[in-house]
Amino acid sequence: MSQDLDALYQEIILDHYKHPLHAGLREPFGAEVHHVNPTCGDEVTLRVQVDDGVVTDVSYDAMGCSISQASTSVMADLVIGKPVAEAMDIHQAFLTLMQGKGTVVPDEDVLEDGIAFAGVAKFPARVKCALLSWMAWKDATTQSGSVEPAHKEI
Amino acid sequence: MMMEGLLPELDVIRKDFPILERVLDNGQSLVYLDSANTSQKPQVVIDTMVDHLEHHNANISRAMHQLGAESTEAFEGARDKVTAFIGAPSRDEVIFTKNATESLNLVANTLAWATGDLAIGAGDEIVITEMEHHSNIVPWQLLTQRKGATLKWFGLTEDGHLDLSNIEELINERTKVVSLTWVSNMLGTINPVAEIARRAHEVGAIVVLDASQAVPQLPVDVTASGADLLVFTGHKVVGPTGIGVLWGKRAVLEALPPFHGGGEMIETVRMDISTYAGIPHKFEAGTPPIIEAIGLGAAVDYLAHVGMEAIHAHERAITAYALEGLATLPGLRVLGPLDALQRGGAISFELDGVHPHDIAQVLDSRGVAVRAGHHCAKPAHARFGVQSSTRMSSYLYTTPAEIDALVEGLEYTRSYFKLS
Repeated sequence: MSQDLDALYQEIILDHYKHPLHAGLREPFGAEVHHVNPTCGDEVTLRVQVDDGVVTDVSYDAMGCSISQASTSVMADLVIGKPVAEAMDIHQAFLTLMQGKGTVVPDEDVLEDGIAFAGVAKFPARVKCALLSWMAWKDATTQSGSVEPAHKEI
Repeated sequence: MMMEGLLPELDVIRKDFPILERVLDNGQSLVYLDSANTSQKPQVVIDTMVDHLEHHNANISRAMHQLGAESTEAFEGARDKVTAFIGAPSRDEVIFTKNATESLNLVANTLAWATGDLAIGAGDEIVITEMEHHSNIVPWQLLTQRKGATLKWFGLTEDGHLDLSNIEELINERTKVVSLTWVSNMLGTINPVAEIARRAHEVGAIVVLDASQAVPQLPVDVTASGADLLVFTGHKVVGPTGIGVLWGKRAVLEALPPFHGGGEMIETVRMDISTYAGIPHKFEAGTPPIIEAIGLGAAVDYLAHVGMEAIHAHERAITAYALEGLATLPGLRVLGPLDALQRGGAISFELDGVHPHDIAQVLDSRGVAVRAGHHCAKPAHARFGVQSSTRMSSYLYTTPAEIDALVEGLEYTRSYFKLS
């Protein structure tokens, strides 16, 4: 029983939960979104700043469980400093991992600390928690007008 | 362990509910503490529904054959059982719906279309409370927005009761409807509904009671409750999903216009105009959930056989034991009254440093099923400055040992998240 739990609550996740990276709302920002998970009430307000096609800042104010908080922290740390196109590819890789029902082997080179969420994919009720801020980031980035047309339909 | 108030034949009761024997995927025995969400079903309910499907299935009121007669008799028999169970003065006042949500929407929508004394318009007020389930908030928001009326509400005291200090002001000559929950699904609070109904009736308002958490736990007499209209759902009273009840005083139900139009709710239909059936059929358009209604009939019979006084005493004993156990955990805060005499069997709580989802996940790994989230009562959570909570809820089959398993599970949760 605690094996299953340990697969879900990796140390990396608990570390990010206790010490979230890039937390707080900052300026400047090109777009701000507010996303909620209606079934549980988890919420995130997230801002994105893109300069010359590079994600220069992701800042946020989030309330939620360890999975959603850690996922927000990992996501922000992964995409800050990346060109938007590359960040979108990372987003897609994380989405594929989460929707894989535990069958997808994550690429550590792409997802870094994000691979710790592989266990979450086996808990269908928690996948939404992990995806909340990733979806908010994609929405904000799209709204900021910095997405190449080819990516808009993802 | 034997404590005062527990059902004397708890072991026998538990054997009536086959799911309680369930062993979960991780090898853990089920500890089901989510009955305010939905209750488990006794064998007699399951058997009654299966028997009807196997031997008596036919549409009701429109099939001129033996099976049709048997099916109609069983369906109308279920109405009689529900009538007796809630002390309704007449079986015609008991209307079958899909669930409590549909019952409340039926009331709010037909009030929007009502003429005469019940009509709602600009300047009129509807009063609810801050502890309502979303299903007793949103239909009234829709109604007041559509009719230009005003929605008002009772606030809550710090200890989870309705703040009645401004009742005279809040319920006034402009008030047309007062709609409130009898027992809160989140705080557990039992509200003084008869007292509030008295004030509402003084000013000529009608009273709608959401009894979804009350009918499962308390002996209910609709007349004594003070309600003009009262709703509950089948699946929380050991019945199936897909069946709910609206009870209303004859005069109110007759004054309300029809809700859904269709078969069974008519007297006669011409191409230009129709006339409608009397209650209850006026509000039961289309083929109803027949098997579900029959299952509900078996369910309330089962509860009546055990005895609602005895079930209420059991719930109180288990709730008191749970409150005692939860109080031993550092950093745990119960939302709502701390006195078991003033509350129902749903206990929502916060545990410092661990989010409700994570609590529910750790408990689930030990076989303990609870609910985590806002329990469809976001405003009540906001009132207490919390976004979500964990809720345990007991029923007539809950044992003190299951409460022990919850408390041990919460101790384990604290250590898992390194809070000790």
